[in-house]
Amino acid sequence: MAEYIAMALITTGLIFFIAGSIGLLRLPDLYTRLHALTKADNVGLGMIVLGLAIISGDLITTFKLLLVWLFVLASSAASAHLIAQRARRRERGLWKP
Amino acid sequence: MEALIWTVFDFLLITAMLALGWSALSTHSLRRGIALFIAFGLLLSLVWVRLRAPDIALAEAAIGTGLTGALLLAALRDEESAAGAASTEKPKNTIADYLLIAATVILALILGWALIDALMNRQYSGLANEVFTQLDRSGVTNPVTAVLLNFRAYDTFLELAVLLVAVLGIRSLNVSRRPYLKAGLVLSGLTVWLVPVLIVISAYLLWVGAHAPGGAFQSGAVLAAAGVLLRLSGYHGAGLPARIVIRRALMIVGVLVFAIIGLGLMVLGRGFLEYPLAWSGSLILGIETAATLSIAVTLIMAFLAGETGRAGNQEDSSC
Repeated sequence: MAEYIAMALITTGLIFFIAGSIGLLRLPDLYTRLHALTKADNVGLGMIVLGLAIISGDLITTFKLLLVWLFVLASSAASAHLIAQRARRRERGLWKP
Repeated sequence: MEALIWTVFDFLLITAMLALGWSALSTHSLRRGIALFIAFGLLLSLVWVRLRAPDIALAEAAIGTGLTGALLLAALRDEESAAGAASTEKPKNTIADYLLIAATVILALILGWALIDALMNRQYSGLANEVFTQLDRSGVTNPVTAVLLNFRAYDTFLELAVLLVAVLGIRSLNVSRRPYLKAGLVLSGLTVWLVPVLIVISAYLLWVGAHAPGGAFQSGAVLAAAGVLLRLSGYHGAGLPARIVIRRALMIVGVLVFAIIGLGLMVLGRGFLEYPLAWSGSLILGIETAATLSIAVTLIMAFLAGETGRAGNQEDSSC
């Protein structure tokens, strides 16, 4: 039973990643692409981490997996913000190389 | 079924790496080339995982991809600010280029032949068995650390010296990089939160290296990443001690401890770096701790372009 829940979670996570990749390739501008990518990072990786934690059935491994997810959350949120900020400043002519 | 899935995975991995490597070399935009190189490095560390070499995978991800990528991007920033804008004109092929291509093809053929030859002679299993039979005498239980810090400690000693010489070379170029602006709320928040965590992870990797994948190079690289993050957030000294004497001492402490222990053992009538069994675990930990500090400071100094504090006073508001 637990294995099926884990597989369902991982599959959902992978769907988020596929959607994020398609979004990166197909969406029209930088901001919408960032939006698609961070969804994949946050929710997609969260689902996969949950699924893997259930499969491992081990408290320490679960803790490590959660840490990995938290690090990716923090860095992807911060880098998305930085990329968007740089692009916005360049658009408004406030930033010169 | 499982074997088939792994075969498909390996095939996809190799194809993606070849495609990334080719496009990194053939693109005319340096920035794009660097981005592709970083992606290439991440896939390369997956290849090391597939080859069951997690130590090398960690080192590749931390040094080969993370820090090298940061160094390349910093160099590109210097280049762009020197040239005004990135040059996009197509370089012309010269005779030297064709000679290089010919030499590369010949090298690739030789390597390919060596690989096929090695795969055909399956009975040769390398020195792995030797290492495992001698592991009890090394003072650690991780075979990779045993090789790096005991059986072939001499090689690691020289690697540290090479790293030191490389930074001396960068320093002699006498360039100083423009400092970065003070970071905004989000980046400085991330830095404040992440740097202490990176220091803890670095210490963990150093300690765990005795019995699991980890060790001085991975640990030093993570510590250096903390320095790079500080520098990017506008801490011009990258978290290094302000006094130049202390920075220099930290840069050489790895080589120094290695040399003192090696020569000390010779004075006591043993070979160079031939540890007594009862002490080998402690000696390896001592050397690795010193090496971690040196590797971290050396890599940060490379990122600062060898700047030692003197050149940090030219503020530039346009960066």
